[in-house]
Amino acid sequence: MSESAIEFVNICKSFKRKDGSLQHVLNNISFTIPAGKTTVIAGGSGQGKSVTLKLVLRLLDADSGSILVDGEDITAIRGRKLNQLRTRFGVLFQSSALFDSLTVFENVAMPLRERTRKSEKEIHSQVIEMLAQFDLAGHELKYPAQLSGGMKKRVGLARAMMLTPSIMLFDEPTTGLDPVMTGEIYHLFARTQQQYGFTSVIVSHDIPKVFNLADHVILLNHGGVDAFDSPESIQWSEKAEIQEFVKTTMGEIYQSRNVETGTL
Amino acid sequence: MSNPLARLGDTGLYILEDLGWMTNFFFQSVLGIFKRPFRFSELLRQINFIGSGSIVVIFFTALSTGMVLGLQGYYSLNRFGADGFLGSAVSLSIIMELGPVLTALMVAGRAGSAMSAELGIMRISEQIDALQCMAVDPYRYLITPKFLAALISIPLLTALFDVVGIFGGYLAGVSMMGVSPGAYYEGMRSSVTNHDIWLGVVKSFVFAGLVVWICCGRGFFVQQIRGAGFGAESVSRMTTQAVVLSSISVLVFDYLLTAVLL
Ligand SMILES: Nc1ncnc2c1ncn2[C@@H]1O[C@H](COP(=O)(O)OP(=O)(O)OP(=O)(O)O)[C@@H](O)[C@H]1O
Ligand SMILES: [Mg+2]
Repeated sequence: MSESAIEFVNICKSFKRKDGSLQHVLNNISFTIPAGKTTVIAGGSGQGKSVTLKLVLRLLDADSGSILVDGEDITAIRGRKLNQLRTRFGVLFQSSALFDSLTVFENVAMPLRERTRKSEKEIHSQVIEMLAQFDLAGHELKYPAQLSGGMKKRVGLARAMMLTPSIMLFDEPTTGLDPVMTGEIYHLFARTQQQYGFTSVIVSHDIPKVFNLADHVILLNHGGVDAFDSPESIQWSEKAEIQEFVKTTMGEIYQSRNVETGTL
Repeated sequence: MSNPLARLGDTGLYILEDLGWMTNFFFQSVLGIFKRPFRFSELLRQINFIGSGSIVVIFFTALSTGMVLGLQGYYSLNRFGADGFLGSAVSLSIIMELGPVLTALMVAGRAGSAMSAELGIMRISEQIDALQCMAVDPYRYLITPKFLAALISIPLLTALFDVVGIFGGYLAGVSMMGVSPGAYYEGMRSSVTNHDIWLGVVKSFVFAGLVVWICCGRGFFVQQIRGAGFGAESVSRMTTQAVVLSSISVLVFDYLLTAVLL
């Protein structure tokens, strides 16, 4: 297997419930996300997928265990080092998380304005170029509230890639989109990933479809984790709950592959 | 957790924790002043919003307060034949108490609630997380300009309140009730000392800090405050709480500052 971009080692994460007891979301899990590939993190609602991404970004802290990014332990870094870590990531939030008082142009320009010393002129040409790539030319002056859901996702994607990150994290990039738009977004992922060669991590409920992109699959289930080298290898698993998962979702995969190969 | 003693202890611990967040919030926002790039245009925008945007409200509040004081003062003082003290009564109460307090309360209601809601919405829609992921310090980017804008605007609004309020007292007392203009002016001139003015200025700075600190903090921590609930409801609750808490603390600090500095 290739080099690892992100490595979880014995990570535990729990939250306090209202009555004071602990809810163990991640229970001593370890897995590896290979560099330069697409990894899909799947699992039922509330199984800790978003928590996993937030742990990588240090928006949440783990109770125990360590997380390595490009071989470096990031579990306790702070200040400037933490900022350096975060600039290595491009993040597309589930809700797109666009700054709603800024225009599309300002949203996409923001990482450049805040993190680099480029001149306004350079920033302008770079942003316009990026927006054109995502088919957003002509919408620069709109506000996020004036965009459709798919456009917001694309603006979020453009913003995430502005600083040419080496690792992209997508949290449920297609939730709430129609099938055509979903296909379009995945198409965009495949294309941009080929172009930039980043490591991408996709959290998704969109099981049969997203597996078309996956080199590697991680299933989160009741605090545990199962990693697979390819989406197909999931069906050979002997665990009862994974068999169940295969039956309910993977049944459609080959069907959907046939339909999708044309568009992907 | 049915034991009332345990519940009390738990609440006490929570309040300490909350105060800890708020203290850290305060220092981070102050530190933001020294971080680059400084958002000068955002500072101007906030001054425009907090300051210029409040001028009309402050003007009418001050005018009516001053006129009420003028009338009330006239009727009370006139009974003892002491109309001559109207100028000093009106100006002292406005400069030392009503100006700073009412300005802070009006700004808390108008701009403080807006700041709290804005930050709360940014928090629940993951915009603040997104800022952090871009390695942008959310304190420097979002909070520091609001802090500075409030510290610049609120004392100036207080000065406006003082002037308009005293003029309102003049309108009611002199123009309507016939107190002599010279007596009104002279009463004010002879009784208001530099110390009184300083007291008003110190109060307006402290109140400005309190209002912006509490309002921004409630919005910023909307997800971790106990009892806030979730989503849109949590934002509306925290906005209400921000205005109530900042108004109460303005009143409490008004008493404390008066007691200590008078
Ligand atoms: N900040 C938090 N405070 C308390 N509990 C949390 C917090 N964030 C997540 N949880 C809990 O952790 C569990 C996992 O949440 P997470 O958001 O990771 O789920 P998910 O796998 O992303 O689900 P979905 O697919 O529905 O988005 C949930 O039970 C949730 O209630
Ligand atoms: Mg999630």
